[in-house]
Amino acid sequence: MLFSYNGKRRMNPLKPFLRWKTIAAVLVIGMAAAAAFIFTGAKTAGSQRSILGFETSSAYAAGKIDAEITVSPFARKLAVAVPSFVAATQDAGAQDSATNGTQLMRSILDFTGFFDILNPRAFIDNLSSGVTEDRINFRNWKGIGAEYMVTGSVENQGGILYVELRFMDAINGKLVVGKRYKSQPDQIRRVVRKFASEILWALYQTRGCFDTRIAFVSTSSGNKEIYVCDFDGYNPVAITRGSKIAVSPSWSHNGQHIAYTSYRQGGAHIYIQGAQKAGGVMGTVVKFQGTNITPAWHPAQFVLAACMSFSGDPEIYSLTGDGKIIKRLTNNWGIDVSPSWSPDGSQVAFVSNRSGGPQVYILTVATGQVSRLTYRGRYNTAPAWSPKGGTIAYSGLEAGEFNIYIVSASGGEPLQLTRDAGNNESPTWSPDGMLLAYMTDREGPDRVYVMTALGSDERRLLSMPGEQSEPDWSPNLGDF
Amino acid sequence: MQRKFWIGCMIVALVFGLALNMGCAKKAVKSGPEETATPSEGTEGIPAEEQPAAVDEAAAALEAERAAFLSENVLFAFDSAVLDETAQGVLRRKAEWLQKGQDAVVIEGHCDERGSNEYNLALGDRRANAAKKFLVDLGIDAARLETVSYGEEKPLDPGHDEAAWAQNRRAQFVLK
Repeated sequence: MLFSYNGKRRMNPLKPFLRWKTIAAVLVIGMAAAAAFIFTGAKTAGSQRSILGFETSSAYAAGKIDAEITVSPFARKLAVAVPSFVAATQDAGAQDSATNGTQLMRSILDFTGFFDILNPRAFIDNLSSGVTEDRINFRNWKGIGAEYMVTGSVENQGGILYVELRFMDAINGKLVVGKRYKSQPDQIRRVVRKFASEILWALYQTRGCFDTRIAFVSTSSGNKEIYVCDFDGYNPVAITRGSKIAVSPSWSHNGQHIAYTSYRQGGAHIYIQGAQKAGGVMGTVVKFQGTNITPAWHPAQFVLAACMSFSGDPEIYSLTGDGKIIKRLTNNWGIDVSPSWSPDGSQVAFVSNRSGGPQVYILTVATGQVSRLTYRGRYNTAPAWSPKGGTIAYSGLEAGEFNIYIVSASGGEPLQLTRDAGNNESPTWSPDGMLLAYMTDREGPDRVYVMTALGSDERRLLSMPGEQSEPDWSPNLGDF
Repeated sequence: MQRKFWIGCMIVALVFGLALNMGCAKKAVKSGPEETATPSEGTEGIPAEEQPAAVDEAAAALEAERAAFLSENVLFAFDSAVLDETAQGVLRRKAEWLQKGQDAVVIEGHCDERGSNEYNLALGDRRANAAKKFLVDLGIDAARLETVSYGEEKPLDPGHDEAAWAQNRRAQFVLK
């Protein structure tokens, strides 16, 4: 009752959005004002050299990580100390931002699964001599096991915060990357995210997923609606209302649109709407006779694949972003559903029951040729093709429980990622292919969880009323 | 001012009274057939009452058939849209009822909660269409039969055991 849409309550779900919209506008303006620049020419050169030095001397000489199962930064985490950021001015604004910034940096680095964040209680040095590499006694940090450290200082100049962040190699006592940000006091989260992205770039030449969002289904309002939150579960907001049932959200390649299935007009139809618009303006509605479900956007074009049953049984088609059929992709009596594009758009993984139970198949778009991918178990569904290469995640049923598996797109033995924790379904990849979000009922109700691509560091993405399911990870949006 | 207040009170009372009356009247109509089916001692032996009772009985029978048509679901095995003997029997009864009238119906395809939500939407589509095809083969006009799949989104029984799942794997009929 509390979360149901009816009568006068109908307006309520919009309110948080309106507020969010205002905040978003402020943030955009703030971003335009926020200028980040690398310290000085000399220091830039120094930091570049140290990055190179790091790369060749590091145990992680493999350095560049893709989503291959065998090469992973999760195999051994880097020990990072994040001592409390220093407030350079004695005002509440600087001090709060320093405190919050420290916590955010610790949690955001932890979120990646790449780092072991050292417990601050083990610290024997409080950086009283300074936060720069020439003033830090690195022995005090090496001594407690730190391989890297992040230091920060926050200065308030007339209501504007100047935030300096440094990522340092504690073993060699060198600056890896340092940045100075100009920021509004309420934007410390964005500053921390931007710098975390710099850290990952310096280490692994990936920008990470700090500028991404996750769409999912939630019953918080009483029925299933589509929501969107930041990559780390912050700022959940409903982007649909009055859907009756809304499921299967999918981000377009540029993050501009979200497609989903809704029963707003009675039947199962596919809706395409702006990712930033809530409740109001709708784009195309795909409503052929019968069932119109499981939209999946092409990785580079305003094109989607979807399942429609107007021919008499559920088949997969490719469609333009404004709902016109381009091509029928499957041709088989029975169920063909849940398409997921390969990163180059040449192939589509999908689910079919052509051999009895549901299994994952791969279709070559140009030729229509289909090959079966999964053989283990009798019920394998929800394929998600990694945006970074040859791995496909899916959920499979074995011994009465659904778990997440990954398998090479060229076939072979799957690797089980979740186990002994209820049912785990609907995997979706972060755009860098490093993390997977999925739904699980291990707590009882359905929740969205995140783990690394190797199945480690499982944790709940967010807490909100009702049940959450069917996550879909956005591409990099370039907006932190 | 005071007069207006009292007039207002009277109007409110009147509206209330009417609403109550209507409520009572509705109830009387609904419970009518039951009363005549098992007449009380007081009404027994009054011949004038017999004829309307017969009409009511016919109406009650029709109503019962209609209720059976709407409440009896076509059930399926896990991950199957195949109509077994029982399911075919249910559909034959549905065809008989449909042949008596001109009602248009929506056949909803449903699944139990296990498995992927997406696959279950497709499976629900197959179940609804399997039921539709069977009825069309029995001579029912396809234009009267609309299908919609709800997958696992609308369970009949919210339980999490085989008893609940068996009830939820269904094709359910709704009048349009």
